[in-house]
Amino acid sequence: MIGVKEYRTITEISGPLLFLEKTEPVGYGELVYITLSDGTKKRGQVLDTSKDFVVVQVFEGTSGIDTGAAVRFTGETIKLPVSSDLLGRILSGSGDPLDGGPRIIPEDRWEITGSAINPWARDTPREFIQTGISTIDGMNTLVRGQKLPIFSGSGLPHNEIALQIARQAKVLGTEEEFAVVFAAMGITHEEAQTFMKDFERTGALERAVVFLNLADDPAIERLITPRMALTAAEYLAYENDMHVLVILTDMTNYCEALRQIGAAREEVPGRRGYPGYMYTDLATIYERAGRIKGRRGSITQIPILTMPGDDITHPIPDLTGYITEGQIVISRELHRKGIYPPINVLPSLSRLMDNGIGPGQTREDHKQLSDQMYAAYAEGVDLRGLVAIVGKEALSARDQKFLRFADLFEDRFVRQGREEDRSIEETLELGWELLAELPETELTRMDRETIEKYHPKKRRKNGDQRS
Amino acid sequence: MEVSKGEILRVAGPVVTATGMHARMYDLVEVGEEGLMGEVIGIEGERAIIQVYEDTSGVRPGEKVVNTGRPLSVELGPGLLGRIYDGVQRPLPVLREMMGDFIRRGVSAPALDRKKKWKFIPSVKAGEKVSGGGILGEVQEAEHVVHRVLVPPNVSGRIKEIYEGEFTVEEPIGYFEDGKEIKMMHTWPVRFPRPAKERFMPDVPLLTGQRVLDTFFPVAKGGTAGIPGPFGSGKTVTQQQLAKWSDADIVVYIGCGERGNEMTEVLEEFPKLEDPRTGAPLMERTVLIANTSNMPVAAREASIYTGITIAEYYRDMGYDVSLMADSTSRWAEALREISSRLEEMPGEEGYPAYLAAKLSEFYERAGRVRTLCDKEGSVTIIGAVSPPGGDFSEPVTQNTLRIVKVFWALDAKLAHRRHFPSINWLNSYSLYVDTLRRWYEEKVAPDWGRMREEAMRILQEEAELQEIVQLVGSDALPEEQRLLLEVARMIREYFLQQNAYHEVDTYTPLEKQYEMLKSILKFYEYASRALQSRVPLEDILSLKSRVELSKVKYEKDYKEALKRIEEMMRKEYADLGVEV
Repeated sequence: MIGVKEYRTITEISGPLLFLEKTEPVGYGELVYITLSDGTKKRGQVLDTSKDFVVVQVFEGTSGIDTGAAVRFTGETIKLPVSSDLLGRILSGSGDPLDGGPRIIPEDRWEITGSAINPWARDTPREFIQTGISTIDGMNTLVRGQKLPIFSGSGLPHNEIALQIARQAKVLGTEEEFAVVFAAMGITHEEAQTFMKDFERTGALERAVVFLNLADDPAIERLITPRMALTAAEYLAYENDMHVLVILTDMTNYCEALRQIGAAREEVPGRRGYPGYMYTDLATIYERAGRIKGRRGSITQIPILTMPGDDITHPIPDLTGYITEGQIVISRELHRKGIYPPINVLPSLSRLMDNGIGPGQTREDHKQLSDQMYAAYAEGVDLRGLVAIVGKEALSARDQKFLRFADLFEDRFVRQGREEDRSIEETLELGWELLAELPETELTRMDRETIEKYHPKKRRKNGDQRS
Repeated sequence: MEVSKGEILRVAGPVVTATGMHARMYDLVEVGEEGLMGEVIGIEGERAIIQVYEDTSGVRPGEKVVNTGRPLSVELGPGLLGRIYDGVQRPLPVLREMMGDFIRRGVSAPALDRKKKWKFIPSVKAGEKVSGGGILGEVQEAEHVVHRVLVPPNVSGRIKEIYEGEFTVEEPIGYFEDGKEIKMMHTWPVRFPRPAKERFMPDVPLLTGQRVLDTFFPVAKGGTAGIPGPFGSGKTVTQQQLAKWSDADIVVYIGCGERGNEMTEVLEEFPKLEDPRTGAPLMERTVLIANTSNMPVAAREASIYTGITIAEYYRDMGYDVSLMADSTSRWAEALREISSRLEEMPGEEGYPAYLAAKLSEFYERAGRVRTLCDKEGSVTIIGAVSPPGGDFSEPVTQNTLRIVKVFWALDAKLAHRRHFPSINWLNSYSLYVDTLRRWYEEKVAPDWGRMREEAMRILQEEAELQEIVQLVGSDALPEEQRLLLEVARMIREYFLQQNAYHEVDTYTPLEKQYEMLKSILKFYEYASRALQSRVPLEDILSLKSRVELSKVKYEKDYKEALKRIEEMMRKEYADLGVEV
């Protein structure tokens, strides 16, 4: 940073952006310090650079900046000081300690934008993570190295579900615990408190790194918060061999900040005003989940987003769904029925499920069981629409059974306690118990052997005492 | 072909403006001190607009730009098969050796192995005259693939010397009379289609082993197909099934802006899979191009062209090539992103106004042709589209539909109920059905076309009846119609649904497809007769043979199983007093 000059050549300030003239050649993406006339320091990043002008986005907001402010270009891109001492710390959205603890003594400084993992170096995620939640373990299985977002709506208990996953997540047969990296973007103090209290209560804070950008913190800072968090996660995973669970909440606020910058730059907007590059931008966050061949650690991501107007086709959930490996969808309808966790399995999906289930991981019947439950529940839910028109009596005996299955499924399989940690065996047995309510001829997703071996009625006949 | 130097004026993300060099459109340039790879995509007076295939963080105005004077090209020669490249044909395994687990920038690696020696057997002699696209000789590239070494399409001359023996791709295997070296490798600019002598009508199906595709919506060799599907509708699995099982000689798979973990699955799985026809690893006939969503956006734009050029190269040897692009929407988004950085006037939804032209140029590179060496070869393009919000009216889907001849409509609703492949049989279409019908009737069974129509009719009628059922319930329908509903359900569940992860079910030979559908229709025929002789519908539906039919798809020895079931069916119907 020797010979770095300060410039007082701001010509225009527009929203979060500064326009400067007559600078030395400045690198694209460089970190910038802005010193205000009252001595306050702010940080920014170069968005556009040429011989004539430079555009800088300011993370802490442009309030208080005038054309006389001093701008210093650091000659390097934004970096996070990384260290294994990050564990147990609470940091701001741009990486400064908030917990009154000492500054972090860096073992290294890593660029927060990260680099793409060479697809050839990736290892397929395949270790089953037991979350203890039946709708996830049984029907939308999470595996180590996956990115599985929670699609929620405002006022729904997505935070509780994320916490329950963070608390209960384990890989069967290992005692290793997950380290948790938690990045909050624009959530309220109250929500942040819920998370912090739970981390403290369960002792999870010791193996957690927390980045907090709260609702009243600068919006533009949200653009770097998830990148800071993922850089910390990468350090823990790839340098310290840890298995890291990254929770990002709320990605909707991140996208709003992205839109704000796009608007300030007068870019041509894409759908609903979000920038055309939002897909690529989100991909540079989500794609940082994964496993690398020959390295022990892993990064599993659970981003949370609230769908504006519960609309799954809104650009934020839509683009997210195209990048992530599935989604867990929280349903307002189930929530209203008083069912916790209100996970609607029909639109939910885990694309990596088939890697993580089956013999050696869970059980050989898992795939067929979950397919069958999906099909039966979908049919039951469809029939509810019919009942609303013609009444229950008009249904055939077969249809009545499916209708009953759907009710039982929600009441017993979906519903569980906030502290209830079901083992995968329990989840699968529960599934069989519910399917046994249907006639055997309707189990078309299963082959003969599986039915013979696992169907509760057959097992009773065969004198199996397992359940 | 002169090298000229210039200087950077402006950097805005992947778009760099430079001045002071003699730039032509689509020249390949090296940007900045690190020599990042870029391509000229616009010229404004003295200024050249460059899209850069690598991350531009830290690049400053004033740094140098070197124009190589060549367009963006791919290397073509033995050693392409089994490899995996990024969007600009850099081999990913080599990159990993050079720069570790993460993609760093400013590193280049040759696409073809420079050290490996190939045994070349010439098929031409000294003194012979050869022209562009002609065959010089052969190399056994993989166990079951003979690589025909071609004269570059724009070269011709009389051969002075030609050698047999072991050579690397760079060593001369002979000389032309004018003294020019002959090599096994040549380069070709990706944005220019490779020439062919003549184009044919596509009238041979590309068999995929996927029942809903082969039987109901077939694609022809040299044809084009689009798979639009909202996320989670099984688009990627369908594409991968096609790559695995289609009866093409060579498969080019482009992972364009898609998920890293999914690409890894492809990379891990393909080498383990066997080619159902030869028993050799599937990877030996496959070229993979992986440019995941977080890799540079400009390289994503190029990946499609890299892939199609490699596909055309194998076509020119006389092979049937199928090319999967997953997903063309991500490619269109890359176009949009770059266009917006260029501050071009946007068309619909921010996409550039030339989107439709670019899409049709790409799909037009498919086709069945007589090659320059007088062989028959084809490139079939199967492009996935990811419509935002599942809305088929968006520009990429609409422009694709205007070009492709086959439309496989993936349906999220089917996927939700785990009906896979979730291809909607009512919305999908294939314009090749009529041209391919003759082939099917000659090679499979004379009643093929009739049977397909019958099955389609049942499914159509089911859709209409379902509307009534929604209002009044199925009990209000007459028994014939309730039977039809049940048979439609049998077609859907026993035939259309196919489990990609089941050892046997994942691939169904054409003959088995025919026999399966035929036995379901036979059941229908008997059941209709039974209804006429006043057998109650409940009795028909509870027949054991019906349940047995549902399991046929999992049977390896399907002939045996179907024979058994048919006997059973006959006996059961006879017991009901029906004449069969």
